[in-house]
Amino acid sequence: MNNTKKNIENFNTPLGDRGMQNLDSITHVKGESIYLDDIPLQQGTLYGAAFGSPVAHGKIIDLDISGANKMPGVVRIFTYKDIPGDNQIGGIIPDEPLFAEDEVHFIGMPVAFIVAETNEIAQAAVKNIKIDIEPLPIITDPREAKEKNKLIIPPRTFSLGNINTAWKKCDHIFEGVAETNGQEHLYIETQGAYTIPQENNCIKVYSSTQGPTAVQRHMAAVLKIPMHRLEIDVTRLGGGFGGKEDQATAWAILCALATYHLKKPVKYCLHRMEDMRMTGKRNPYSSDFKIGLNKDLKIIAYEANFYQNAGAAADLSPAVLERTLFHCTNSYFVPNVKAKAYSCRTNLPPNTAFRGFGGPQGMFVIESAIAKAAEQLNIDASEIQKKNLLRDGDEFPYGQKAESEAKKCWEEAEDIYEIKRLRKRVNKFNEENHLLKKGISFMPICFGISFTKTFMNQARALVHIYTDGSVSVSTGAVEMGQGVNTKMAQVAATIFSLPLSKIKIHTTNTFRIANTSPSAASATADLNGKAVQMACSNLFERLKPVAEKFLKQPCDKMQISEGLVHIGNKNTGLTWENLIATAYMSRVNLSEHAHYAPPQVHFDLTKEKGHPFAYHVYGTAITVVTVDCLRGIYTFDAVKVVHDFGTTMNPVVDLGQIEGGIVQGMGWMTMEEIIYDKEGRLRSNALSTYKVPDIYSVPEEIKVHFLKTKKDNLAIFRSKAVGEPPLMYGIGAFFAVRNAIKVFNPSADVKFSAPITPEKVLMSLYPKKRKPQTPKGAYQTV
Amino acid sequence: MIRFILNDKDISTDLPAGELLLDLIRYHKNLTGTKIGCREGDCGSCTVLVGEIINNKLRYRSLTSCLTALGNVHGKHVVTVEGLNMEILNPVQQAMYDEGATQCGFCTPGFVVSLAGFCVSEDDKSYENAIASIDGNICRCTGYKSIQRAAKSIADLMQKNKGDVIEYVTSNAILPEYFSNIKKRLVELNTKTNGIENQKNKKRYLGGGTDLYVQQHEKMVHADIDFLFNKNELNGISKDGNKCIIGPSATVTDLMESDIIKDAFPGFKKISELVSSTPIRNIATIAGNFVNASPIGDFTVLFLALNAHIILSSTLSTIGEGVSSSTKREISLRDFYKSYKQLDKKEDEFIAQIWFELPGKKDFLNFEKVSKRTHLDIASVNSAIKIKTDEKIITDASISAGGVGPIPMYLIKTSLFLNNKKVGEEIIDEAIEIAQSEISPISDARGSDEYKRLLLGQLIKAHFITLFPTLCLPKGRT
Repeated sequence: MNNTKKNIENFNTPLGDRGMQNLDSITHVKGESIYLDDIPLQQGTLYGAAFGSPVAHGKIIDLDISGANKMPGVVRIFTYKDIPGDNQIGGIIPDEPLFAEDEVHFIGMPVAFIVAETNEIAQAAVKNIKIDIEPLPIITDPREAKEKNKLIIPPRTFSLGNINTAWKKCDHIFEGVAETNGQEHLYIETQGAYTIPQENNCIKVYSSTQGPTAVQRHMAAVLKIPMHRLEIDVTRLGGGFGGKEDQATAWAILCALATYHLKKPVKYCLHRMEDMRMTGKRNPYSSDFKIGLNKDLKIIAYEANFYQNAGAAADLSPAVLERTLFHCTNSYFVPNVKAKAYSCRTNLPPNTAFRGFGGPQGMFVIESAIAKAAEQLNIDASEIQKKNLLRDGDEFPYGQKAESEAKKCWEEAEDIYEIKRLRKRVNKFNEENHLLKKGISFMPICFGISFTKTFMNQARALVHIYTDGSVSVSTGAVEMGQGVNTKMAQVAATIFSLPLSKIKIHTTNTFRIANTSPSAASATADLNGKAVQMACSNLFERLKPVAEKFLKQPCDKMQISEGLVHIGNKNTGLTWENLIATAYMSRVNLSEHAHYAPPQVHFDLTKEKGHPFAYHVYGTAITVVTVDCLRGIYTFDAVKVVHDFGTTMNPVVDLGQIEGGIVQGMGWMTMEEIIYDKEGRLRSNALSTYKVPDIYSVPEEIKVHFLKTKKDNLAIFRSKAVGEPPLMYGIGAFFAVRNAIKVFNPSADVKFSAPITPEKVLMSLYPKKRKPQTPKGAYQTV
Repeated sequence: MIRFILNDKDISTDLPAGELLLDLIRYHKNLTGTKIGCREGDCGSCTVLVGEIINNKLRYRSLTSCLTALGNVHGKHVVTVEGLNMEILNPVQQAMYDEGATQCGFCTPGFVVSLAGFCVSEDDKSYENAIASIDGNICRCTGYKSIQRAAKSIADLMQKNKGDVIEYVTSNAILPEYFSNIKKRLVELNTKTNGIENQKNKKRYLGGGTDLYVQQHEKMVHADIDFLFNKNELNGISKDGNKCIIGPSATVTDLMESDIIKDAFPGFKKISELVSSTPIRNIATIAGNFVNASPIGDFTVLFLALNAHIILSSTLSTIGEGVSSSTKREISLRDFYKSYKQLDKKEDEFIAQIWFELPGKKDFLNFEKVSKRTHLDIASVNSAIKIKTDEKIITDASISAGGVGPIPMYLIKTSLFLNNKKVGEEIIDEAIEIAQSEISPISDARGSDEYKRLLLGQLIKAHFITLFPTLCLPKGRT
């Protein structure tokens, strides 16, 4: 047994050992998996490159492409004038032109698209385009945007109880400000697309997208051709994390526009620095909070105002904003809540989905409020956290009632990880060490599973059984490392009771599966898995009469075992292959297309109430950090988690999601620092200036205890969604570091401002006022 | 004509010698297992192994192919992930598979190649070394824990070997059989092809290229390049009395593995591990770090404290025997930097030699570096100190700092102040105060001006606390 399996408690799943490892892993380790840039090229393929605005806000006075046009090898340069349909790719609100026309709104906003014979020429031509822009005022701060009434949508408010009367009932009231910075997705495969002309104005599009239908829909509108002529095909992504949910679209359409005009294949894979400069990131937030508690530490009232930095266009920010409100009270019950959220338009690239989708930004604020209250009351934050965990039947600010595992996760974490001993050890260490201090934090999570736009909760699967007995499965799910292909194969294999080798999961393709929802919201395996389950079950039911006729006995208890039809537990000797061949000869339909839409979910936007989530995922993480108080740096000793999996259908895949999510969340909270200057220019524009966790910066120990729950839920095989929730455990890293700083310097004023970089740590440890002494712009440090 | 062995095939190409290995592999040989993640050596997705014969032994090192010029693999063996594939998964691949150490899979080939590099290296087969081999590989999906578990099982497997490593990996189906013939093939290849054909009027010198290719990729591809690695006379690390002489083509890894350095300077390896990553250190040179003139260059700052000297030469042909003194000159590294990125170096000059006095028994040495990410990151501030003491009295002090001015700085006033002082808490605050008067940090992506001032002070404190642990600072407060 390998190390990972040893680490997984409760190893036996309903599926036994079947399909434990990610199916794609074999081609991954051999370097044989095909990503966008690996697709064999068609003859005559041309290469594209976007020319983005060099200015964050301004009026275009003149665009001079003549220099670039003259370069040998440049085929054609496209601008908005070449668009046959609408110059518009806004997903939620039509406020995002594909190409700038008269104004530019952020640095990197596409103005022109160069197509050349080689990638090198295309990139060189970008540098030969000249643009004259009359500058307009640049806003990078969401609060400033709100002051100037630059909002993407009208503000939204969630409320519960009566906040106005509640304050009087509070013994303690605390207020403060909390801020979280953005986060670069840093999928290791950059954005890209490859478009190939087909006959009759059809285009085949390879796109590294989480949302093939979004690409298809917007492409159809821009090119003014029907969706049925646009085949979007996705084999897999080299990481997405939300960054390719909406923001893969532009690149695919740019290539398609060129293909449309030139009738030639066109490819564009962004250079890392283009990708970082031109695409949006996790929305930064600045928020005000006010929290009221009674003397028993019960939270009586909570008020928050969220200022979301949406960037220059809506993109998915309104939906992200909504989820901030949904998760504004995290895993706690608060009887009186008022949360108001503003989506603020700034001159940065449109910010977008990122694992957690606004939820983490909301949770950080209430965790800050609790930390502030604890600090002022001179107690440990965990005392407040624990007292206020959700119980069954508690109402969320949006009206849904909790079916809570919050207390169970918390208490099991305290128990399994021996919190009392741990605290003792940490206290002893802190007494014995002057310059090293340890900090502990608890981070409970509660995350709702479903698209909050109810209509998006639907999926389809197409299953064929071929005459040789092999099974092919297509769904709307996009494989991006989350292991959804493996889970889909497991569903089919389980329903048919066939080995995984009989199942092939095919690419995500808009000609096979139409009108897909993006692979997002942690809901992909649930929605598509249930559709696969339905399709396979329908097929299997259809095979029973075939077997019955052949075997001349009742077959309602049919099973396949080791390739043979069993009735009850009795082997009939009929092979799966023969059963299928017989079905075919009997003209039985061996294909099935199933549609799944989860019941119960609904939400009334006019009241801001409803039942938006199929279910919630709960968990608790304990984080231990050691801060070097001489240098202001830190290392994480451990993150110990109890996580609510329902009943996991694939412990290896799910453990990978937890570990990966934790580290990505910790990166957001610690070292990943997006820096835009006042001109809206990205300063952290390469991997040398934007740091994500490496193998040495992860916690020494990550422990994951699988909380098994028997309650019914709407998850596929009761295996709860696991993509986004663990990211929020990473928030614990911020508070653990903060707590360690306070051990060293109890009077330190540590701002609720993430990421808590070594700079912020050191400045908090030694809060002496210092004046800058070097004039600006004297030199660079590269 | 560049010739080398790519996996098990002999390759010759007319592509320019400045063309990147990565582009040849992916777009000319269609070996798409080697991925592009950043093109600046910061992600490791494009890692390959490069084997060559050194002292009659076949030696492999990992490199990032995105910063490696074709000219730098001429006559060598280049191994991509495809060159590691066999009928069944090799044990590295199997371990990655078993432990669920792949998710999206895009970074995976880089990890597999780096770990294969660990398997064929002469290093001790410890878990720590297995992890060190993947210190240049970034994964955004897994959180690395599963990769650590895979590395553990690979280290355990490799610990069973006691004999020749190439023999072991080929006879135990760890790597394909063809590896056992590579040494012979490389000898044959190198007798057939004697270096890269000389072009006249070569305009650019190139060492490892890890800075040049990040900064001037387009220019370098078509440049007429003089490959410094191909000049035997520029290689090597030697000792002359107490002087350590470093050839400008010596890589950081060469230094880390040098017995001369290991003996005289046991802390060098640990310091070096804070600088960049294994595949970069495998090709990056100390001389390159000097001429890049980054105000924050780690080795520059270290060698400023060591008072390294450099010999500049203007023509390569004069190196070796019969060097005429008129074509070379020696200057202290401390005098090399004039202003931001301005060197005391003419365009046709290059570093022909570096030398420094090896630290003695009475020398205390320390290097400090703080960055957002401890490894594979550029420092916010770094600092090195060398102190000689006699009965607790500092007889000679040199302190340097990076990231606090337009050039890597030798803190002359601070150093002078420390001379003839008794080691004690009292002098530290004063030294910090003096250092503050010498520096002029600016606010940028690596920190604010005030932070860098505070940080340098803390690092000076850290020097003393590290070198004289008995010094009890009052809870480390300022």
